[in-house]
Amino acid sequence: MGVVFSIFQREVLIAYKQASEIIQPLVFFIIVVSLFPLAIGPGPEILQRVSGGVIWVAAILSLLLGIERLFRDDFNDGCMEQYMMCGTSLSIIVVAKVAAHWILNILPLLLLSPLLALFLNMTMDMYLVLILTLLVGTPTISLIGAIGVALTVSLQRSGVLLPLLLLPFFIPLLIFATSAIESASLQLPYGFQIGIMLAMFLLVLALAPFAISYSLRVSQH
Amino acid sequence: MFFVISAVCLELKRGIVNVVELRDISCEKQNRQLFSDLNLVVNKGELVLLRGENGAGKTSLLRILVGLSQPQDGSVLFCGDVLDSSDDVIRSLIYVGHKPGNNPTLSALTNLKFWAAQRQLDVNNSTILETLEHLQLEGLEDSPTRFLSAGQQRRVALARLWLQIDAKLWVLDEPFTALDVKTVEMLSQHIGEFVSNGGAVIMTSHQAATIKCPQREFTLEYCW
Repeated sequence: MGVVFSIFQREVLIAYKQASEIIQPLVFFIIVVSLFPLAIGPGPEILQRVSGGVIWVAAILSLLLGIERLFRDDFNDGCMEQYMMCGTSLSIIVVAKVAAHWILNILPLLLLSPLLALFLNMTMDMYLVLILTLLVGTPTISLIGAIGVALTVSLQRSGVLLPLLLLPFFIPLLIFATSAIESASLQLPYGFQIGIMLAMFLLVLALAPFAISYSLRVSQH
Repeated sequence: MFFVISAVCLELKRGIVNVVELRDISCEKQNRQLFSDLNLVVNKGELVLLRGENGAGKTSLLRILVGLSQPQDGSVLFCGDVLDSSDDVIRSLIYVGHKPGNNPTLSALTNLKFWAAQRQLDVNNSTILETLEHLQLEGLEDSPTRFLSAGQQRRVALARLWLQIDAKLWVLDEPFTALDVKTVEMLSQHIGEFVSNGGAVIMTSHQAATIKCPQREFTLEYCW
């Protein structure tokens, strides 16, 4: 447990030293969401209808922007080699790193979302479901994203490859999240969609750590 | 009965003497066979100098030895058991490779503190500071390592050899690279002391350094 805490603490300290790396995806997220009302007009009904999808797409894109550095720095400076020889399972180490990434990159998005929800004319019901879907869905994005990063970490230029590789995997998540928000806007039950998203998260949580650690080992080879 | 006892004694003896054993190791990279059916034993209280031309596969062999790369064939035994990176026993191995293993945004002190915590070593700040001072890095403990010169960064990486006193094996890939004459002497002396106290070292080096301890050379031939 001490090892996991130490890795978590290290990630927080590095993020503090490189605050711009956290702020940039956040600003990107705000700008993307702000562009939609300008492009499709200020009509409250249209904005309300597309709001869930807009915030979710912006969240996925901004996450992809920041996730690339999840393992790359450690891989390039040799810290990953030291992790692999510290005697703690690499699967546990990667879970600690992904958890730190989620807290440092996603929580600020959640904190910003009330402002953006207001901006896109979301009702309170829609907003609460949006938060719920982001809470349940974004850890899945982080874990799947980490697999993609681990697979491409040894490639010199994987800038476009990573989103191309990952985006198709986020489609089911996007469908269920926007469907839940739409159901909330129509005062319909949305438990089923949230349940499916939760099941996806649990499945990914069970399998992804092994896939990530295996991919990192292959990348080292 | 006699044979069983002899075999057990032999196994026990080997477990005590051998720190690491490579059995029939083969390695292929980019369709080139670097080496095949390679056998090597590194004993307690012994320094093995790995020699060979550039591209002969020295770094690849060291990475296989520490479990960072998988051999095409063969096995690596560490203290008599198959090497497992999640096993506690791997903590008694220190690897200093080409990469420094330090985050460039963090200071030398912080990097080493986290490294020690990950290895669950009982090392406090003052011990790390003393080690850094010993390696002529006083005044630079709190500077991000990206501001240090290549030689200073190398010294931060090598500080691990002073911090973990219970290590059994050091695997060093070109440890003298970028170091000044004084630090080369200091490191050579430290390696000599470690080996004399029963530690095992396997290292590559193209530089001439006088290390006073039992040693032997192992040469890898360049294969086309």
